[in-house]
Amino acid sequence: MAGENITEPRGATKWLLRANASFVYIFFYIPILVLIVFSFSDNRNVGVWGGFTLDWYRDFAESDNTREALWNSVQIGLVATVISVVLGTASALALERFKFRGRAVFDALLYLPIIIPDVTMAVMMLLFFSEAAELFGFSKGFATITLSHIAFSISFVSVVVRARLGGMNDRLEEAAMDLYATRWQAFRYVTLPLIMPGILGGGLLALTLSLDDVVITQFVTGPGWTTLPVYVFGLIRKGVTPLINAVSVVMLVASTILVVLSLIAQRIRGGDTV
Amino acid sequence: MKPIHSRWLAIFAICALLVSACGSDDGDSESAEAATCEVGQTDGDLALFNWAEYIDEEQLAEFATEFGVEASMTTYESNEAMLPIVSAGNSGFDVVVPSDYMVGIMIEGGFAQPLNFDALPNFINISDEFRNPSYDPEQAYSAPYQWGYTGLAVNTAVVGTDFPRSWDLVFGEQAADYKGKITLLNDPRETIGAALKALGYSLNSTDQGELDQARDLIAGTVDNLLAFNTDSADELLTSGESVIAQVYSGDAFTQFLEQDNPGDYVFFVPEEGGTRWADNMMIPFDAPHPCTAHTFINWLLDGDQGAALSNWNYYGTPNKASLDLLDDELNEFLTSPDVLVGGLDSVESIADTGDFETNYSDALAQAKG
Repeated sequence: MAGENITEPRGATKWLLRANASFVYIFFYIPILVLIVFSFSDNRNVGVWGGFTLDWYRDFAESDNTREALWNSVQIGLVATVISVVLGTASALALERFKFRGRAVFDALLYLPIIIPDVTMAVMMLLFFSEAAELFGFSKGFATITLSHIAFSISFVSVVVRARLGGMNDRLEEAAMDLYATRWQAFRYVTLPLIMPGILGGGLLALTLSLDDVVITQFVTGPGWTTLPVYVFGLIRKGVTPLINAVSVVMLVASTILVVLSLIAQRIRGGDTV
Repeated sequence: MKPIHSRWLAIFAICALLVSACGSDDGDSESAEAATCEVGQTDGDLALFNWAEYIDEEQLAEFATEFGVEASMTTYESNEAMLPIVSAGNSGFDVVVPSDYMVGIMIEGGFAQPLNFDALPNFINISDEFRNPSYDPEQAYSAPYQWGYTGLAVNTAVVGTDFPRSWDLVFGEQAADYKGKITLLNDPRETIGAALKALGYSLNSTDQGELDQARDLIAGTVDNLLAFNTDSADELLTSGESVIAQVYSGDAFTQFLEQDNPGDYVFFVPEEGGTRWADNMMIPFDAPHPCTAHTFINWLLDGDQGAALSNWNYYGTPNKASLDLLDDELNEFLTSPDVLVGGLDSVESIADTGDFETNYSDALAQAKG
């Protein structure tokens, strides 16, 4: 592969492709830039520049409501991510490596949370948890939100990890076992490092989905468990102020840091296993 | 494969909803009686389900300290987002705050329990005009929380002060003078409701002929509009992009006060009338702590607490014992005769029209063209 260079398009094609690429980037990043710029605007109206201020960030940091909502989101996101990564990876391995009865059904069912509309899933979760709360006498809140986030994240993690597993050469694992590695050792020292980028990517996706989710979360929430996006959505009733921009910028920076960290982690792993 | 799955799931979800709706009906018959609670009695922590930014966290903390319970608040962004959570059962909430028409829906569905007014002695503070509303005529299930009007806001620096206090300003020939500088709300009931009022009909009309006239009235002024906008109508006005706007009073009022020149803006309900909405406190049918809920409602109906609530969120208070304790500018705004031009009889609250709701949505969609 490395020796073959795909010829670069020339003439009109080249310029059309360049224009296309620039438009895509402009489309993606201009709104984000506008969002960031106006989070520093000293005017209650989004879209009217009123001079530089950090007041909106101060409001965000000082408001008990936003702080509590952020903390709720973080707790739910972390727990949901860890559990869905473990379960998602395990199911990806099972589906990719083994043949068993009902595999096709399991495979198809795993995709359900990806294809059904959020609202449908939210209603199902709501009814399920309402009945369960009646039967087992627990109260809704952290557990119900986290469980629903895990439920929809598993599929995404599993898809990402499977893609990585599919691209991996089976022979490596066989070779390890030929050299007297146990099944567990082969997994721990060969397979796991190779699919780690997929696991990290899946985990990151799960965390992002959990931090972003509004529809399902607001259906399964319980006393005292308003998450940040649900709270921001509620704030819009009182008009959009730069406070919402400030909250969004904080979330944006946080997810960017997560992405960078995961890239670094993957690079380090790649370095010491080869 | 996808459409088949989604369809089956949709059918499954509907069946499940039906089953659970029956379940809630059973719950209703069990709890059709009001809870027996003493004044000030608590039976656990308070879980409040409320709109965002509608009560100061510190006020909630004050309640918690006074009665030695924990008080938590969870927020929702629309009546429609709140209803399914409460109606499914086991929501865990003790007090919810639905708007007028939603009170009717919750009573009818059996999703709220009757209030025990013996445990609410402070209810005597509620003004007569907020008692026995059309959506709870027996005043058995709800206690008013806050209220506001929907009307017009005008930038007098541009329009002057010599204009009719009438819906003609946006629907009549004068509207053309401010072409491209007018906004209407983007809400079927509010926007069509304004046109119905302008025509002299009830804003809860279920007559298709009247609705068609209202639709044509709006269609006739579409060319004069800057936008149909609900979320930032007040901001468009103060930023100068519009000069006349249909707005909610509370939003408009807070927005005016944040300007350097609040005197340049007026808010009024046109002489033909408009909407007066009220949000109300209710207790879900299966609230885990009904006595704490009663105690909280009674505490909030106290004159001092009602004033603290209004002075924080700047909406109107239904509490007559709170009126003297309000900030001057808020009190002036709420009681000025210039605000309610047509008098109390001209305003209506939005009632649920059942299946006719879609006719309202369709009429607005058609009016927009």
